Amino acid sequence: MTVATAPAPPVTSTPPSGSSRRGVLRWLLPLGPAIVLLALFLAGPILWSVYVAFTNETLTGSASVNSEFVGVANFTRLFNDPNFINSFVLTFVFVIGSAVIGQNTLGLIIALLQRGRGRMTRSVVNGVVIAAWVVPEVVAAACWFSFLAEEGTLNSVLGISQEWLYTAPMLAVILANVWRGTAFSMLVYSAALSEVPKDLVEAAAVDGAGPGRRLLHITLPLIRRSIMANLMLITLQTLASFGLIYALTGGGPGTASQTTPLYMYEQAFRYFEIGYGSAIALVMLVIGALFSLIYLRLIKVEDA
Amino acid sequence: MTRLAARGAAGLSLLIICLAFLGPFLWVVISSVQPEATLAAQPTLNFSLDNFTAVLTWETLILPLINSIVISGSTAVLTVLVAGLAAYPLSRYQLRYRRHFMLTLLFTTGLPMTAVLVPVYAMFFRFNLYGSVPAMVLFLTASSLPFSIWMMKNFMDGVPVSLEEAAWVDGAGWVRSLTAVVGPLMAPGIAVVAIFVFVGQWGNFFAPFVLLDTPEKQPAAVTIYTFFSQYGQVAYGQLAAFSILYTAPAVILYVAVNKYLAGSFSFAGSVKG
Repeated sequence: MTVATAPAPPVTSTPPSGSSRRGVLRWLLPLGPAIVLLALFLAGPILWSVYVAFTNETLTGSASVNSEFVGVANFTRLFNDPNFINSFVLTFVFVIGSAVIGQNTLGLIIALLQRGRGRMTRSVVNGVVIAAWVVPEVVAAACWFSFLAEEGTLNSVLGISQEWLYTAPMLAVILANVWRGTAFSMLVYSAALSEVPKDLVEAAAVDGAGPGRRLLHITLPLIRRSIMANLMLITLQTLASFGLIYALTGGGPGTASQTTPLYMYEQAFRYFEIGYGSAIALVMLVIGALFSLIYLRLIKVEDA
Repeated sequence: MTRLAARGAAGLSLLIICLAFLGPFLWVVISSVQPEATLAAQPTLNFSLDNFTAVLTWETLILPLINSIVISGSTAVLTVLVAGLAAYPLSRYQLRYRRHFMLTLLFTTGLPMTAVLVPVYAMFFRFNLYGSVPAMVLFLTASSLPFSIWMMKNFMDGVPVSLEEAAWVDGAGWVRSLTAVVGPLMAPGIAVVAIFVFVGQWGNFFAPFVLLDTPEKQPAAVTIYTFFSQYGQVAYGQLAAFSILYTAPAVILYVAVNKYLAGSFSFAGSVKG
């Protein structure tokens, strides 16, 4: 009987390894379209931006015909460009404020508050928070545009008159992004918290640990991997955020909310300075790559 | 007693959080049915669907929505086809560089696509692809592939190889095996990937904004931005109606796949490659 039930060694499921021609075709054929698309439309442009970032390429003027190799001139210019440094600082503030502090903390708090609540409460809270996340970014901007308007909802509730988008543009885009992105962290933490063994927390309660100590010494250490992975992911998403800020403030007033993606857009797509724009893009890609590598180190990838 | 107070405080906090999250939606929803609504949050008792009929014209909403459906739809279909093919050898064969390939894909999902658009734009300009919807769809497909291949492989790993063996015995090659056995068995997974890509592209603003040249080609994501910057102040009611009509499909599709996506937020159980 055992012979009959044991899975027969799959003769065909272990194809001849890459040595024979047929063996190569067997995996190259189905993987081919993906490899071609990824090479042409992702890897190619990224590599090309590395090259262009060292030239004076533009789309208009003489340099559009004959672009020249200019060495690290674009990068020297970049790190001496007050507008770029301004954008870099603003991006840093935006990421720390809206992702690391805002979305991450609020997402964790909501996930913690939801524990042990009824189905009804959970689905209402989830629904409301996720709704803000599902809305396309331009619509999110339209929502916040009216919410923060001089006679808008926020001022009516607070009973004050304030042109938020002019007086505090960074605060406005940070709040809008917290609103839009918290759902992701909340879902990550809900999943992580559901895997924390209940008896561990209860044992600590029996030993006299208060809710604060249980959270700090048991729950948080147990979900620290999720916290780190989540921080990396939301940082990556926030770093490249364009549409929300662009539609809400356009980077203004002046350059008061012009984060690096908006500055890159201005240089590359408004002034057609492709070489310089590529240098900015490259800086963003390198930072993104670093965070992405840290993320890969943090999660356990099994059997990839 | 303190336990009860703590529970009450938690409930109150959740209520406040809910209200805060609802706040920004409030005036959009109310003003969409208020004739002559402006940015000022002053609801009246008048109710009308004028704002909806005003934006439901060919140039304002219908054509952009069709463009959105074409762009997001073809990207989703193409992504599913290419990712489905790619996932097969990754799921079924022992390949020497499989782990490297999968890790590279995961790494790529973290790269800022906003930054990639600068060289893509320059490349499109140079090869006369600027303004071409098919070329943009190919780029959008490529940018959706890393995550989609990853998801597809996971779904495919869930289909037991033993089910394919019968087909192999009957002489079917991998193509037939994939289309006749594996494909139908992982149909829910395919739907999740397709909807995921579709909803993602439905909201994508930056790529069409910089890669397409004329307003007639633009999807609703860009048209609503143009409408917003031109009439946002004066005809907020219409912008609100536009927002609602444009957002509805994304919400409906999200609700449809919600329960399948729920499991993908867990890192603790380690990511399956």
